Amino acid sequence: MALRGLFKKLTFIVGGFCFFPALYAESALNMPRGVTPVSRDIFDLHMLIFWVCVVIGIIVFAIMLYAIIFHRKSRGYKAAKFHDHITVELAWVIVPFIILVLMAIPASKVLIKMNDTNHTDQTVKITGYQWKWRYDYLKEDIGFFSNLSTPQAQIQGKEPKGPYYLLEVDKPLVLPIKQKIRLLVTSNDVIHSWWVPQLGVKRDAVPGFIHESWVYIDEPGIYRGQCTELCGINHGFMPVVVEALTQADYDKWITGHKQQAQQAQPDKTWTKEELMTLGEKSYGTYCAVCHQVNGEGMGDIYPALKKSKIALGPIKKHIDLVLHGVQGTAMQGFIDQLTDDELAAIITFERNAWGNDTGDAVQPSDIRKLRKGDES
Amino acid sequence: MEYANPWQRIMRWVTTTNHKDIGTLYLMLSLVMLFIGGGMALIIRGELFMPGQQFIDPSFYNQMITLHGLIMVFGVIMPAFVGLANWQIPMMIGAPDMALPRMNNWSFWILPFAFTILISTLFMNGPAPNFGWTFYAPLSTTYGPPSTDFFIFAVHLMGLSSIMGAINIIATILNLRAPGMRMMKLPIFVWSWLITAFLLIAVMPVLAGAVTMMLTDRHFGTSFFNAAGGGDPLLFQHIFWFFGHPEVYIMILPAFGVVSQIIPTFSRKKLFGYGSMVAAIAVIAFLSFLVWAHHMFVSGISLGAELFFMYSTMLIAVPTGVKVFNWVTTMFRGSLSFETPMLFAVGFVVLFTIGGLSGLMLSIVPADFQYHDTYFVVAHFHYVLVPGALFGILAGVYFWIPKWTGHMYNEAMGKWHFWLSVIGVNVTFFPMHFLGLAGMPRRVPDYALQFTDFNMVATVGAVIFGFSQLLFLVNIIKTIRGGKPATDEVWEGAEGLEWTIPSPAPYHTFQTPPEVR
Repeated sequence: MALRGLFKKLTFIVGGFCFFPALYAESALNMPRGVTPVSRDIFDLHMLIFWVCVVIGIIVFAIMLYAIIFHRKSRGYKAAKFHDHITVELAWVIVPFIILVLMAIPASKVLIKMNDTNHTDQTVKITGYQWKWRYDYLKEDIGFFSNLSTPQAQIQGKEPKGPYYLLEVDKPLVLPIKQKIRLLVTSNDVIHSWWVPQLGVKRDAVPGFIHESWVYIDEPGIYRGQCTELCGINHGFMPVVVEALTQADYDKWITGHKQQAQQAQPDKTWTKEELMTLGEKSYGTYCAVCHQVNGEGMGDIYPALKKSKIALGPIKKHIDLVLHGVQGTAMQGFIDQLTDDELAAIITFERNAWGNDTGDAVQPSDIRKLRKGDES
Repeated sequence: MEYANPWQRIMRWVTTTNHKDIGTLYLMLSLVMLFIGGGMALIIRGELFMPGQQFIDPSFYNQMITLHGLIMVFGVIMPAFVGLANWQIPMMIGAPDMALPRMNNWSFWILPFAFTILISTLFMNGPAPNFGWTFYAPLSTTYGPPSTDFFIFAVHLMGLSSIMGAINIIATILNLRAPGMRMMKLPIFVWSWLITAFLLIAVMPVLAGAVTMMLTDRHFGTSFFNAAGGGDPLLFQHIFWFFGHPEVYIMILPAFGVVSQIIPTFSRKKLFGYGSMVAAIAVIAFLSFLVWAHHMFVSGISLGAELFFMYSTMLIAVPTGVKVFNWVTTMFRGSLSFETPMLFAVGFVVLFTIGGLSGLMLSIVPADFQYHDTYFVVAHFHYVLVPGALFGILAGVYFWIPKWTGHMYNEAMGKWHFWLSVIGVNVTFFPMHFLGLAGMPRRVPDYALQFTDFNMVATVGAVIFGFSQLLFLVNIIKTIRGGKPATDEVWEGAEGLEWTIPSPAPYHTFQTPPEVR
């Protein structure tokens, strides 16, 4: 009967948990136990409620199976007459209620602990953008965007897929271990949700509101997650990667990151080749998901750039559009997201690729002028 | 019936006020929508067969998940139950027709237009609604495509239809019962629909409010859901789920009713605990208004709210458990036989219970932080909606179709349909539990490599399940056209007024009310 298949499945899973402990350490059958105290509490709660459900299920289905096998008309079984029994009916209101109360106690305790955002060592602000994350270290004055780094060619099936397909980014969120870090989660556009299963943290990023969470990581490592709230066309393509470092490595990373920022050469004049190389790469990261690698776009919402009026028209208008976006469309403004170098490179690339041979080479200084003009 | 010309034949269905005709229309609409929505499901599963972009782009994928959800909820499950109600409630309470026959006609005929409008968005310039069936703001307001306005209008129409249908059902049950049919003698199916109808009247206006606020946010400069103008995106979620959670019970309570008719019939034994069954439905309906924020545990609501909604959600397990225990006890020491309706009813009890138990897991807030918006949730609600609500409908159709058509359906084909459906459903949705626990978010058009195996299995299951529904289609068409004549009683253990009238049921029944002892 329907039950037989079901029991087989249950045996398989339950057997899996009992006899192959390694199964839930590595395989994709169960929730990861994680590397934070909270994620381990969650895991224990999850296993507890799972077993409660399994036991209830087995009892109910066993009684049912017994009736299905033995109380059949084809076996000549005559139906009994009972149809009410007040004690029994009361019992199966009271017993489940007691089980639920017993479940609610540990669940409430963990929940209260999860909500305790006091006594944190430092704060990181996480902002969701369509379709990337921005991380700001409030104490260190560091901030950067974190983009999907899986090439479009892998998504389109033109290249073999790497081991971390869709779970890799250009710049991960770097956090120190053994620190209680407060996370402030918000969004710039629509609702996103920041989730790393190994850390036991999931928080919706709601535009206009800041919500808190916290994390205390025990072990160094790289932990991967994804956006879990539908946020538009590339919802499936905005992973979260957290790199947890020991305090010493973390301090080194902070220093390195700050030095890098100082080494930028604001006055350098780029050759067209340099611009095109950087442009192709950055275009692939920021623009190709909508406008496509071949510049042909997708339908009317994501217009083609190949032979387009913008890419072949006045440079100033082109830059302005990329900086500020187009109101009421999917085109967002990149003024805060990209550096002058990247913007110059992308615009140069768009004006010269796919047979748009304008020959223009836009310099970072051009971008800077327009950016400043905007501010005055 | 004889018609002078085809025009009359069509107009008979357009202008009909007969509850049996309208019931048939509802069920037909639901059947057509089942195959449209199911086709979309197969497109989704096809795209997810392997990692990487296969044959649809992410934009179209989002349109598919949105329309699949809307069509299955508003176009399949809800109309099918209203169809069953239209056919059965008057026959079960000994009434000549529904209380408000003209409104009955109107509440049906709104629906084909609503769904034409909704589906037409696929053929418009620019994407169809692409923000999921939950249409969270601001993705559906500030960022929604132009077709969103058609979606809003379609939802308004569906809401009108549901509210009128619900009013009609309440009026019929409260006013047109045969002499002697006291409330506590009502068949459970009628009880379940009475309570469902009150839920519908309570929450469909809330949905109408939500989409109207969306409309004004989009076009008239209000900022209900926009923080920049003093609104709050979470307000949308509160309003939506205040509708949405009772809506979940609107889709399952009538299925409880159907199953509570079928199990005693094929157990040849009275339903165990009639009184507690009625009470359980009422309690579930009441609690359904107090649990909406359990859909929002990670959205940033306060600790106090999280605790309250965790407890209230866990509490729903008690009346639901009562129902399951009562069904099992009804079967226990019965004299069971397993015709197709009984198979689907037993399948319902087992698989709905699995969905219910995963629901209990989801109510544990800290664990929900990991489950939320993953495939675990997708598995959960498909278990309660497909082998839950949909199996309830299929069971009801097999159970009552001999009465409607006067013919027995093909039993062998019915059994094939059941077994293929049960296998298909489990192969499709069981692996999704693992996917969710392992970290696959829902509503993604592409996924990381470690999720490949179970996605492939799920797609194979979906193909089995989808195509086995063609057996159902063939079977009911054959039953309408002919087949072994059905007796008046149809089933050996059948009890109730509907089995006292001839098969097929005459066009008008109970013109003089029967006497119920």
